Amino acid sequence: MARAVTTRRKAFNTLLAWSIGLLIFFPILWTILTSFKTEAQAISDPPLFLFFDWTLENYAVVQERSDYTRFLWNSIIIAGGSTVLGILIAVPAAWSMAFVPSKRTKDILLWMLSTKMLPAVGVLYPIYILFIELGLLDTRLGLTIVLMLINLPIIVWMLYTYFKEIPGEILEAARMDGAGLKEEILFILTPMAIPGIASTFLLNIILAWNEAFWTLNLTAAKAAPLTAFIASYSSPEGLFYAKLSAAATMAIAPILILGWFSQKQLVRGLTFGAVK
Amino acid sequence: MATQHSRSAARIMMAPAVILLLGWMLVPLTMTLYFSFKKYLPLRGGDLGWVGFDNYVRFVSSSTFWPSVQTTLIIVGGVLLITVILGVLLAILLDQPMWGQGVVRILVIAPFFVMPTVSALVWKNMFMDPVNGLFAHLWQAFGAQPVEWLSNASLFSIILIVSWQWLPFATLILLTAIQSLDSEQLEAAEMDGAPPLSRFAHIILPHLARAITIVVLIQTIFLLAIFAEIFVTTGGSFGTRTLTYLIYQRVLESQNVGLGSAGGVYAIILANIVAIFLMRIVGKNLDA
Amino acid sequence: MFIKNALCATTALVMLPVAAAHAETLTIATVNNGDMIRMQGLTEDFTAKTGHTVEWVTLEENVLRQRVTQDIATKGGQFDIMTIGMYETPIWGKQGWLVSLDDLPESYDTQDILPAMRGGLSVDGTLYAAPFYGESSMIMYRTDLMEQAGLEMPDAPTWDFVADAAAKMTDQDNEIYGVCLRGKAGWGENMAFITTVANSFGARWFDENWTPQLDSDEWKEAVNFYNDLLTNYGPPGASTNGFNENLALFQQGKCGMWIDATVAASFVTNPEDSTVADKVGFALAPNKDGVSKRANWLWAWALAIPAGTQKEAAAKQFIEWATSKDYLSLVAEKEGWANVPPGSRTSLYENPEYAKVPFAKMTLDSINAADPNNPTVEPVPYVGIQYVAIPEWAGIGTSAGQEFSAMVAGQQTPEQALEKAQTLVTEEMEAAGY
Repeated sequence: MARAVTTRRKAFNTLLAWSIGLLIFFPILWTILTSFKTEAQAISDPPLFLFFDWTLENYAVVQERSDYTRFLWNSIIIAGGSTVLGILIAVPAAWSMAFVPSKRTKDILLWMLSTKMLPAVGVLYPIYILFIELGLLDTRLGLTIVLMLINLPIIVWMLYTYFKEIPGEILEAARMDGAGLKEEILFILTPMAIPGIASTFLLNIILAWNEAFWTLNLTAAKAAPLTAFIASYSSPEGLFYAKLSAAATMAIAPILILGWFSQKQLVRGLTFGAVK
Repeated sequence: MATQHSRSAARIMMAPAVILLLGWMLVPLTMTLYFSFKKYLPLRGGDLGWVGFDNYVRFVSSSTFWPSVQTTLIIVGGVLLITVILGVLLAILLDQPMWGQGVVRILVIAPFFVMPTVSALVWKNMFMDPVNGLFAHLWQAFGAQPVEWLSNASLFSIILIVSWQWLPFATLILLTAIQSLDSEQLEAAEMDGAPPLSRFAHIILPHLARAITIVVLIQTIFLLAIFAEIFVTTGGSFGTRTLTYLIYQRVLESQNVGLGSAGGVYAIILANIVAIFLMRIVGKNLDA
Repeated sequence: MFIKNALCATTALVMLPVAAAHAETLTIATVNNGDMIRMQGLTEDFTAKTGHTVEWVTLEENVLRQRVTQDIATKGGQFDIMTIGMYETPIWGKQGWLVSLDDLPESYDTQDILPAMRGGLSVDGTLYAAPFYGESSMIMYRTDLMEQAGLEMPDAPTWDFVADAAAKMTDQDNEIYGVCLRGKAGWGENMAFITTVANSFGARWFDENWTPQLDSDEWKEAVNFYNDLLTNYGPPGASTNGFNENLALFQQGKCGMWIDATVAASFVTNPEDSTVADKVGFALAPNKDGVSKRANWLWAWALAIPAGTQKEAAAKQFIEWATSKDYLSLVAEKEGWANVPPGSRTSLYENPEYAKVPFAKMTLDSINAADPNNPTVEPVPYVGIQYVAIPEWAGIGTSAGQEFSAMVAGQQTPEQALEKAQTLVTEEMEAAGY
C-alpha cells in the first residue's frame, strides 16, 4: 500500500516537474527550433513546431557575415582568463578570512560586495579614458582584468564559504605533523576545496560569458566576444527571426553545453554558505 | 589558534584582493565624483569648468528622477518576489523523488546560461511581438485580442523576462539548501501527523531563511544594475526607465557626463540604502 | 564579364606588390543595414585593388551610435572609419573631429554627389563625410488595396487624403491595417517621423531664441492627427514599431500605406523577401492642405574618418572605393540595379538603366523636395529636418519620443504627452546651458 502511494506520488511529481521544466526551457527550445526554419516559416501562423523543412541556411548566412570562431575564441579567453585570474587572487584572501578571521572579516566581505553596486553606465567615461591612457582598449587583457574585478567579490565570497566548511581540527592536526603554511594550502586545503573551487569557477565563467556592457563598450574588432557578435543581429532590416535565432543559438550554445555537463557540480556547489 | 605569525600571513594573503578591489572602487568613484562637480559636455568641448552642486540639484529636480527610483524598486522587488516564491516551490518539487531528475534540473537551470541581451531579444521578438509573437498566436487561438506586452504591460513584461533569467539561480541555491535539510526531522514530523503546510512553515521555511537571504542579497546587487533587458525591449519607454537607465540616457544619449555622474553618485547611495535596509531586515541570518 | 574579371585580376596582380608595401588593416564601424552588409561582402574587391584589408565592426544602429560617439568624444582611436549620419557629421565636423574629404581625387567626382547630401554632410563648404546611401521619406502604398478602396493616389497627397484612404483600406479582421507608421521611441525612430509631420503642419521645435515650442497649436494639431491616424488605422503594438518592424509588416502584406525611408522601396519590391513586391506604388510624403512644407526628411548614412587616425591615406582610399561610381556599377553587376545603394550620386539618376527601377524617380523627387537648411514654415535657429543638429538632440529626441510612444500606447493624451515633452526639453536645454 505504502509503495503504491509512493509510486503514484512519484509519477505525479515527475509529471509536474517535467511540465514546469519544459515550460521554463521552452523559450530556448523555441529559439533553437526557429534557427532551423526559413524566415517565412519563422513567422508563420499558426506557428510551426517540428514539421517544417529543416535548413542550415541561417547558420551559413550568419557565419558568412561574421566570423563566429573569432568571437567565440575571444569569449573563451576573456571568460576563462578572468575567472582563473580571479580565483588565483581570491583563494589566499578567502583562506585567510576563513581560518584567521578577525572582527572585520564580515565587514570586509560586505564591503567587497558593495563594490559591485557602482552602476557601470555611470563610470563608463572614466574607465574608457583610463583604458585609452593605458592602451587597453580593444584588448583581451583589458577585458579580462575588468571582468575579473567585477566578479572578484563573488569569487571571494563563494570560496570563503567553502573554506569555512573545512573543519579547523584537520589543519591543527596537520600543523602538529609539522606542515607549513604552503603544505597546508597545497596538500590539505586544496583537495578539500576542489568541489567548491569548481563550482565557483563554473558560476563565474557564466557571469563573465554573459556580461554585456563592458564587453561591448570596451572592444572594437580585435577583442570583441560573443556579446558583440549578437549586437549585429538584433534588428536588421526585414524579416530576421530565423537569423536572429541562429545567431542566438551560436552565442549561447557553448555555455549551455558546459552548463549541462557540469550541472551536478553546480547544483551541489552553489551554496554561498547558505547551507547551515 | 591564530598566532601572530599567521595573522600577518593572513594580511599578506588578503592584500592582493583587497588592494585590487579598493582600486577598482576608488578610481572610478573618484573620477565620478570629480566629473559630477563639473560641467562636462564631450560634444561641446569637454570640460567647461566647476559648477558645484548644480548637477546634483538638476538630477534630482528633473521630472524623471523620482519615477525612475520608483520603477527601479518595483522591478527589483517584483523580480525578487517572483524568484524567491517560485524558487522555493521549485526547489521543494525538485527535491522530491521522480524519474529523470537530472534532466529536469538541467531544463530548469538553462535560462541562467543565456546572455541577457539574447534573452531580451528572444522574448521581445519571438514571444511578445503583438503580431508575429507566439503569445499573439496563442491569444488569437483562444479568440482573444493579442496583448501589446511591451507597451501596455511593460513593467510586467520586463519583470517576467528578468525573473525567467534569475529563477534558476534562486532555485539552485534553495535546492542545495533543501538537500541539506535533515530528512529524519521531516519524517518525524510527518509521523507525528503534521500537515504538509505546517511542515513547510515550521521546518522547511526556517531552514531556508539563510539561503533566501543570500538569494535576495546577490540578486539585488545584480538587479539594481539591469540594463540590457530594458535597452533591448522598451528603451526606457512606457514607464520602464530605471535609475540605471536614466543615467545611461544622461551620459550617453544626452552626452552630459557631469549630470550623469551626479546620477551615478545617487545610484550608489540608493544601492547602499537598499543594501543596509536588507542587512537590517535579514542580516541576522548572515552571521558570517 | 569574363574579360572584366580577368582584367580585375591582372590589375590586382600588378598593383599588389606596390600596394603591399603600405598594406594596412582598417577597422571600420558600421551599421547592420542591408546595404552595408552587402558592402562587407564586396570587401575583397577593395582588398584586391589596394592591398588593404578590412576588419568590420558591425553593430545595431543604437549600439553603433553610442560606441562611435563615445570613441570620438574621448579620442579613443578605435576606428579608422565610422559610419555616421547626417545628424552627427556637422556637429563633429565643427569640433574638428573629422578629417576633411575635400582632397579626394578628380576621378572621384565630388560634384556628382547630390547637392542636398553634399550640403548636409558639409560644414562651411568642407565635406566631412561621404554618403554611402541617402534617403528621404515617401509614401509606399499597396496599389491593389488602393484600387479596392476606390481611390487613386495622387503624386502629392495631403494628410486628409491619407487619413481617408487609411480608413477605407483598414480591414482588421483580415489583419490589413490602413497605415503603418513609426511609434517606437527614439530620436531616429518615432521622432524623425513625428518631426516631419509637425513640419508639415507648420510647427517647429524651437523659436529663434531656442525656446521650445511644443506647446504651440501647430504641434497640438500635428500630434493629435498622428495619434488618431495610427491608433485608429495602425497595426496593434504600433507604439513599439520602428523602421524594421514596419518593414516586416509591409512585406507580409499587412499595411495599406507606409510612410518611411525611401530606401525601404527596394526591400518592399524585392520578390525574395516581400509578398507584395509587384503591388507597391509610391508618392510624395504628404502635407497639411495649404502648408508649404511636406513631411519628407533627408538623411544619409555616410563614411567619415576620425581625426588622428594613423591610417588616413588608406581610409580615404576605402571611402573613395565604397562611395564611388564604380562601386555602384559593381553592385549593379552582382545584385541588379534595384539593389544599388540609392540617393548618393546624380549620375545614378541619370543612368537610363537605373531609371527603369520603379522607385528611382520618386526617391529623387523626395530628396530634392527636402531642405535641411530651411526645414520649417517659420524660421528656426537650427539645421535639420527630422532632427535638430545640436549635441543635445539625441537626448531630447529620445526622451520626448518616449512620451509620444506612451501616447500611442494609449497611456496618455496628446496634450499630456506634449506637456511632458515640453518640460523635458526645457530641462535638457537648461542643463546644456541655453
